[in-house]
Amino acid sequence: MKTFRIGGVHPAENKLSAAESIKVAELPKVAVFPMGQHIGAPALPCVQKGDKVKVGTQIGKPMEKALSTSIFSSVSGTVLKVDTVVDASGYKKPAVYIAVEGDEWEESIDRRDKLVMLADKPELIPEVIIEKIKNAGVVGMGGACFPTHVKLMPPPQFKPEWVIINAVECEPYLTADHRLMLEKADEVLVGVELLMKAAKVSKGFIGIEENKPDAIKLLSEKCAAQHPNIEVVPLKTKYPQGGEKQLIDAVVGRQVPAPPALPVSVGAIIQNVGTAFAVYEAVMKNKPLFERIVTVTGKQLKHPSNFLTRMGTPMSQLIEACGGLPDGEAKVIGGGPMMGKALVNLEVPICKGSSGVLIMSGEDARRGEPQPCIRCAKCVNACPMGLEPYLLATCSGKKMWDKVEAEGITSCIECGSCQFTCPSNRPMLDLIRVGKTTVMTNIRARQMAAKK
Amino acid sequence: MANKLVVSLSPHVHSGDSVQKNMYWVCIALVPALLCSFISFGVGAIITTAISVASCVCFEWAINKFMLKNPKCTICDGSAILTGLLLAFNMPSNIQPWIIIVGALFAIGVVKMTFGGLGCNLFNPALAGRAFLLISFPVGMTTWPTPGQGFGVYLDAETGATPLAWMKVMFKNAPDTELYQKAVQELSKIKWEDMIFGNTGGCLGEVCTAALILGLAILLAKKVITWHIPVSILVTVFVLSGLMYIANPQSYANPLAELMSGGLLLGAIFMATDYVTSPMSKNGQLVYGVAIGFLTVIIRAYGAYPEGMSFAILIMNAFVPLINNKFKPKRFGEVPVKK
Repeated sequence: MKTFRIGGVHPAENKLSAAESIKVAELPKVAVFPMGQHIGAPALPCVQKGDKVKVGTQIGKPMEKALSTSIFSSVSGTVLKVDTVVDASGYKKPAVYIAVEGDEWEESIDRRDKLVMLADKPELIPEVIIEKIKNAGVVGMGGACFPTHVKLMPPPQFKPEWVIINAVECEPYLTADHRLMLEKADEVLVGVELLMKAAKVSKGFIGIEENKPDAIKLLSEKCAAQHPNIEVVPLKTKYPQGGEKQLIDAVVGRQVPAPPALPVSVGAIIQNVGTAFAVYEAVMKNKPLFERIVTVTGKQLKHPSNFLTRMGTPMSQLIEACGGLPDGEAKVIGGGPMMGKALVNLEVPICKGSSGVLIMSGEDARRGEPQPCIRCAKCVNACPMGLEPYLLATCSGKKMWDKVEAEGITSCIECGSCQFTCPSNRPMLDLIRVGKTTVMTNIRARQMAAKK
Repeated sequence: MANKLVVSLSPHVHSGDSVQKNMYWVCIALVPALLCSFISFGVGAIITTAISVASCVCFEWAINKFMLKNPKCTICDGSAILTGLLLAFNMPSNIQPWIIIVGALFAIGVVKMTFGGLGCNLFNPALAGRAFLLISFPVGMTTWPTPGQGFGVYLDAETGATPLAWMKVMFKNAPDTELYQKAVQELSKIKWEDMIFGNTGGCLGEVCTAALILGLAILLAKKVITWHIPVSILVTVFVLSGLMYIANPQSYANPLAELMSGGLLLGAIFMATDYVTSPMSKNGQLVYGVAIGFLTVIIRAYGAYPEGMSFAILIMNAFVPLINNKFKPKRFGEVPVKK
């Protein structure tokens, strides 16, 4: 079975909520919409205090001449204030607060539950599809939140050959993508066709890890019947297969060179399976991106679940819906256990990139005590980028910035495999992040100086 | 707020692997060889091992507490126990107890703790201890008991030459000499099954091939080590000594006998693979293994000692920082296109 070629680890999968059907989460009383939910410049609020909005009303406009995208209201009601909020990343961001009143949708949204096929809409030429995706505020739903329309328009020197759909969901615990594939398979596949048409490619792959055999079977059957140019590729379960570069290597056997090279430089456009669904809704149903599937899970949680959640819903509400936090101290993570961020505040809103809320309590919440490095090389064997984490961490700790730059620290994808595997519990990734940030700053400074 | 939130950076899960687990698995992998040694050499094997382990642990504890004044106890990590075991495995079972204690002091006190303890030493402590003893007490260290004298023997064991010593005699003397004839005669008495099950003279832990291979299987199965170092050493020794054997079968031993005699397997499986003193990248490990194999054959054939493994590993230990600098893992993006 296919997989990526360098490194990787296999954490306990703990897909506790894999059999839980998607439930619709309750509407919040107040919904909060950070304006920076994507990579790039935050959107600019285009509503004021007292304005009435509906579900699907634009409340943030993309910043012009910048990498940016729109934000839409997920609720109907009145704008309470335009202020700031601390989001899941821990940073303060401009935000729109809306008091929820009823559930009135914009008329332009097609709410009928009828599947629309690409063949039904011949007017959808690539430019139209991309424009619709852009206007619906669709971003990568896997967590990185890169605006989707930008990815579909690569620089002219690159020629995309395939669209590869990231449906591996390699993070332990998370099951949002898995449930989406089982419950919205047809919509996802039409979404993939839309992405392929927009990128002007004739071949699509869907990479799914073998720990989701039901999804592999269902999508393979549907592809064989209705979507002959899409191929489901079962992959060996291994973390971090959902990393863009690892996925390309696993599916088509090409390796993207070191930064600043892009996936499209080897001919691949990667989109998350959640993004494919969002693209379907945006293009076929005129529905902007304002809700998503969120896994709320944890071993100590009473009812791990998958929720269809409106953006802006506070995470605390979802946790309560699953039985509340367990007693004692707990770690609440936005995202999965390998790359998610521990929250300092449970009122942070669900955003476009919120794939999960994970609760770990007791022993699980704490790191082990670090011991001396015994040079076992397990981090070197685990690194999916072929780096030497022990060396990068040690040299970063000693502020040897030129050395870590030469050792390729900017290639680090911060997947955490090194720290996961370290028998001595060394906080390697903490140090590597410091080194990587510093080196990136140094590189930018050099580029600025060179321009002058 | 009712709950206290714990905050740290990702990753938030851990494999559950630990230094202790790795060290104890190596110790467990050494147990079959220890049992075989007991069968071959009697209770002396157990006594020697016990003295060695106890003195290594005591020295580490005392140095850590009284000289380094480190409040954290380091003996629980299992590395001192492992050093003690390996040191004992590299000695004859009938050696004087005080020599063992001197060796343990050198291994732990000089080679390990002066460099900063676990993870910081340049040389393998057990091997450096052995080399120190071999140079300081050559008679005690090279007077090996013959196997099969009953379970009660210790210091009173009868001694004799090892297969490796006879091989050296074969190499050093012309075929028409009396010594050569005697060596051929002695070697012909040793059957393959004797080498497989440890029924030959030698250091305590090195004689039983089957038990050492079982240890290798345990280490590989538990993913404590990878195949790269042991296999590269064994293949190099086999190929090189095979070539020498083909060129001159009268002077050189059969390559299979080379593999199964002396400390080659013990060194390749348990000593050269020591985490701290071996290279980090796979390519580096292969280079290291090939170099150890090469040096071992050279020393065995042309050196002053019959045994070359421990010196070969120690010499290559010194090159590990250079190997780490020169041989890097293959980075992502440098691997050619599949198909």
